Amino acid sequence: MGAHHHGPAKGITRWLFTTNHKDIGTMYLWFSFAMFILGGAFAMVIRAELFQPGMQLVEPGFFNQMTTLHGLVMVFGAIMPSFVGLANWLIPMMIGAPDMALPRMNNWSFWILPPGFLMLASTLFMEGGAPAFGWTFYAPLSTTYAPPSVTFFIFAIHVLGMSSIMGSINIIATVMNMRAPGMSYMKLPLFVWTWLITAFLLVAVMPVLAGAVTMMLMDIHFGTSFFSAAGGGDPVLFQHIFWFFGHPEVYIIILPAFGVVSQIIPAFSRKPLFGYASMVYATASIAFLSFIVWAHHMYTVGMPVAGELYFMYATMLIAVPTGVKVFNWISTMWRGALSFETPMLFAIGFLVLFTIGGFTGLMLSIAPADFQYHDTYFVVAHFHYVMVAGAVFSMTAAVYFWLPKWTGRMYNETMGKVHFWVSFVGFNITFFPQHFVGLAGMPRRVPDYALQFADFNMMSSIGAFVYGASQILFLYNVVATIVAGAKVSDEKVWDGAEGLEWTVPTPAPYHTFEVPPKVDAAPAYI
Amino acid sequence: MAATEQAPPGYEKYYVPDSSSLAVRATAGLLLTVFGGGLVLNNMTFGETHEAGHAKWVLFLGLAFFIVTLASWFRTTIKENMQGMNSAQLSHSYVLGMFWFIFSEVMFFAAFFGTLFYVRQLAGPWLSGEGEAGRMNDLLWPGFEFSWPPAITPQEAVGGTDAQPIANNGAFVTQDRSMSFADAHHWYQWLPMWNTLVLLSSSFTVHVAHTALLNDERARFNRWLGITVALGIIFVALQAAEYYEAYAHFGLTLNSGIYGSTFFMLTGFHGFHVAMGMTMLLVQLIRSVKGHHFTASDHFGFEASSWYWHFVDVVWVFLFLFVYII
Repeated sequence: MGAHHHGPAKGITRWLFTTNHKDIGTMYLWFSFAMFILGGAFAMVIRAELFQPGMQLVEPGFFNQMTTLHGLVMVFGAIMPSFVGLANWLIPMMIGAPDMALPRMNNWSFWILPPGFLMLASTLFMEGGAPAFGWTFYAPLSTTYAPPSVTFFIFAIHVLGMSSIMGSINIIATVMNMRAPGMSYMKLPLFVWTWLITAFLLVAVMPVLAGAVTMMLMDIHFGTSFFSAAGGGDPVLFQHIFWFFGHPEVYIIILPAFGVVSQIIPAFSRKPLFGYASMVYATASIAFLSFIVWAHHMYTVGMPVAGELYFMYATMLIAVPTGVKVFNWISTMWRGALSFETPMLFAIGFLVLFTIGGFTGLMLSIAPADFQYHDTYFVVAHFHYVMVAGAVFSMTAAVYFWLPKWTGRMYNETMGKVHFWVSFVGFNITFFPQHFVGLAGMPRRVPDYALQFADFNMMSSIGAFVYGASQILFLYNVVATIVAGAKVSDEKVWDGAEGLEWTVPTPAPYHTFEVPPKVDAAPAYI
Repeated sequence: MAATEQAPPGYEKYYVPDSSSLAVRATAGLLLTVFGGGLVLNNMTFGETHEAGHAKWVLFLGLAFFIVTLASWFRTTIKENMQGMNSAQLSHSYVLGMFWFIFSEVMFFAAFFGTLFYVRQLAGPWLSGEGEAGRMNDLLWPGFEFSWPPAITPQEAVGGTDAQPIANNGAFVTQDRSMSFADAHHWYQWLPMWNTLVLLSSSFTVHVAHTALLNDERARFNRWLGITVALGIIFVALQAAEYYEAYAHFGLTLNSGIYGSTFFMLTGFHGFHVAMGMTMLLVQLIRSVKGHHFTASDHFGFEASSWYWHFVDVVWVFLFLFVYII
């Protein structure tokens, strides 16, 4: 057993061999940002091609590879690992634990990711090109008609799934087993609660995804007929299994974002979170409902009417707990002593735009209406409002909020505010017009379009370039903060911030809470 | 909220291991394995097709490296425990880890059981023209009648691969005989029944071994654990015999349409998990016999392996019911 009061090791081995939750969190965050840039570059190719009607820059096949990899990289490479990074940094500090429960496995969960994504990205250079069947990889596009690189795609999904499962088991074990004395479940900060539930969802559905890609592998290489009607299987079966994973997956992405916003809004409202217990129950309800609504992604495949109706009503139920959350965030701000630093701006941006995305989701849940919206840009607009303005905005808010705690340096507030407004405007210019072209019938995943969609598409592309460029500003601001930001030594950093992570020194030492704190009364954030 | 520097009563230090190369080594092994596996499956070596490529060596090397790394990882954790580094709290982390790992395995099997139910209850009847979703039967698969085990694949019903060009990714020929109880000639020749007996008794024997360990009866523990491992080997051997029968005499292969697909997928993954569990128990047996590991109060390696063993047993009960009997 080594001495425990030392700092990090020197050189590259610190990062390769580390068992420290802060190091691992940092690696997750930087990796996810790199993937965010890569996935963003793919998006720029898409928007450049769609800048004008007609075939301009890339081959249709390559365009399909871009939409596929953009989705895969953003979901599995950018958003999910970024929140795992946040969990690594924050959960032990928030519950008063010395580290994650299983530190070596924690390191393994991270290190699987970069080579896994290298393998996925290498498919771009393989014969037949990268996977081009969309990030949902429906059979038979992904089986009978797939390029040979699909085999590597399948194995990449396997290893990414292993990483997620191990990471989640670690989070569950940490929260269930490592809470400081007195830190009962109903005293957990909401970020910890949302991650506990998210981790449960991940352990439940990533193996199902592994099963789905394994069946694809068998169909492609071993002559089974799971997804082929000729042998008695069913391509629609693939969609059912995929969305049994896929719908919980979208909550896996958004629940930690809910957690982040539930930390930030009270801090800048200088009030405890409104309705703490109802937030916990709402999160759990959303998680439960996520398992029984999956076929609302498949209204147009020809399900029996009874199925359509069931999935429609079940889906609409989700609006209830989600509404509870939005109501609670607004009530938290009600008569608060509000101030609008960058994290709060992104949190409010999240609140407004995520709610819009929620409402379009409600529109999409109506089965007969969905027959019109299905596979149009309306769907693209909907899920970018929840994925980008939801998950990515809240992640950005989180970085600004906790960066001073992590580094002991304050970011440039003016630059942060500029980043927010450019992002906010750029995002809306990109995706709001997509509602209109979608309702008018423009299909998604097509490199060319009818002339009447030209103006809105050009608008959308300009917005995308602006939004993309604003992330460079973000990168610059973060790097400048780490290298030369103004020093902060106040433990709290933000006067309204509450919770155990704000009781340790700033910057957070390499090891925190080696002796657990005693949590006596009700914490101030409840 | 008060954060004090005083350690609360009853507090034991949580052991956080020093930096370790295990994770990076395991990553290298795992990624070489899947990359080599992909190359082998695509029958190509870095983009070029070779009849006898070197791809399989990437796979073997990766797999060997992965297994060696995992073994040394387990060695490390066992050593740490024997040096007394594991507090009760840390031991509980391992318990939670194993529990949620088994839960993830349950969900993995759920995907294949879900497939079986969907095909038998919904997709099959629809393909033969039942219900609203079966309206296209006359155009796509005229004459296809669904039964379980299927007597014919939709492709055969319309006259082979050339007759219906939609989504033919191979030739699917129905088996001559299935593994169901309905197709068994004599109950005593029906392998799945013997397999069930073997596996159910092994769950019992591993429990007896556990009881012996709790009573500190080392010889009895080793004996019953040895019997459990032997039963595991018998199960895998019988399963291999069943697969041989399927291919050699029943015409039941992976290409036998959806019956063959679900049959081999479910029993194959189960068999693989039995082999894994058997290996885990074998390691515990060797640890006990050679290393005199385990005490009545500290034997998590064995306990976790036995949970895993009960888990594969429960999966088999469902398999027996839904794949072989009903």
